[in-house]
Amino acid sequence: MPKSKGKDVLLNPLFNNNPIALNVLGICSALAVTTKLETTVVMCLAVIVVVAASNTSVSLIRSQIPNSIRIIVQMTIIASLVIVVDQFIRAFAFTVSQQLSVFVGLIITNCIVMGQAEGFAMKNNVRLSFLDGLGNGIGYSVILLGVGILRELFGSGKLFGQTVLETTSAGGAYVPNGLMLLPPSAFFIIGLMIWALRTWKPEQVGRT
Amino acid sequence: MQRESGSHIFKVAVVLCLVCSLLVAMSAVGLRGQQQANKELFKRKNILAAAGLFNDRKHTDSDVEALFASVEKRLVELDTGQYSDAFADPEAYDPRKASRDPALSDVIAPEKDVAGVKRREQYAFVYLVKDASGAVDQVVLPIRGYGLWSTLRGFLALDGKTLARSPGETRIRGLTYYEHGETPGLGGEVDNPDWKATWNNKRAFDDNWDVAIRLVKSAASDYEVDALAGATITSRGVTNMLRYWLGEVGFGPFLKNLQQELRRADTGGDKNA
Repeated sequence: MPKSKGKDVLLNPLFNNNPIALNVLGICSALAVTTKLETTVVMCLAVIVVVAASNTSVSLIRSQIPNSIRIIVQMTIIASLVIVVDQFIRAFAFTVSQQLSVFVGLIITNCIVMGQAEGFAMKNNVRLSFLDGLGNGIGYSVILLGVGILRELFGSGKLFGQTVLETTSAGGAYVPNGLMLLPPSAFFIIGLMIWALRTWKPEQVGRT
Repeated sequence: MQRESGSHIFKVAVVLCLVCSLLVAMSAVGLRGQQQANKELFKRKNILAAAGLFNDRKHTDSDVEALFASVEKRLVELDTGQYSDAFADPEAYDPRKASRDPALSDVIAPEKDVAGVKRREQYAFVYLVKDASGAVDQVVLPIRGYGLWSTLRGFLALDGKTLARSPGETRIRGLTYYEHGETPGLGGEVDNPDWKATWNNKRAFDDNWDVAIRLVKSAASDYEVDALAGATITSRGVTNMLRYWLGEVGFGPFLKNLQQELRRADTGGDKNA
């Protein structure tokens, strides 16, 4: 894998090396927060900020981090960043924070963040690490937003809370698909997305 | 290698912890004001919603302050049912914390504790909603109790004019929950606006102040509200918490006092022409 160029590092995680679709990381939160697009967007922003900032900070001090405690050092940095982001969400997006509840805190355990800190930021310079974090956060978001759009649109006939398909209970013609509001539907959608992506880029097949 | 030496490891760990804790503390302290304002706004919104004054479709957050101007918040001692000045700064009193503090709460005997509340705070806030002439139009009471998975916390609004007449005529104006962890789609339907609307105009007590309102399979009288489909235990929890908070160990004594107060205000002349 070429790791030298900033553009590659930023764009590869979108489709070529997507953290969810190729590495199947960070699935847990993808199930929980995608019933509504609004919560999905806030969650995506939170993850982008945390991955980018944790990659940057780990890379910044990578020459100082003793090998024997590197994991706990990364964990401490990630956990602190997540708490800060959580505080900001609670202060400025209160209703969304109630719906996200524990899932913002669970970004700490999101394998993408830890994986990029350990696998990339420990070996690369600050600029590349930042771009890598940004890329992976956006790669995660692309999939999540896709899932969020499908689930909210077909589950409740809305997008961002605005009615798009008038449901039968509100006098329209659309019968909402209740499965879309339940966590398993996110599995199905992500599965279909992975299928589509691997049909488009056959070289991803069997690489995991 | 110097980087792996014990003293270096120790130094890195200490510096990292200091920097991180500073970061976390700064964000927590710096944003606390904003967060508390959010919580207060949310609570007020729910009090207004229970009283039927706030509607998500019509009102926005910026209306809350103006709407809340008609609401008077009073501290009540639950045992005596009297208004209380026990705290120099009532705003600093937190009923939720008090319910865990042995000095500020009592253990309610199990046979009286129908809602599974266990420790009950000695003081609680009530919210008097005034009409244009300043008379008490509604009283909003905080309630809580156990459902299936979680403690449900909410507000119940009672009508002031009918309360002044007699317990049997007292009408419920609304019920709303602002915090619960019940199953979405089943017990979580306590948030359903259609279900909440069915509470309006139900009766709470019989003629002897015994709590008579309950949730049943298909409501037929003024004392019955439709139970939630597929949520037997949550429905039972709602019934029980109303029995508890409207009863002797809850706001019963206060409501009796309030009735006397409202009658005095009525016979006082100017308000009930």
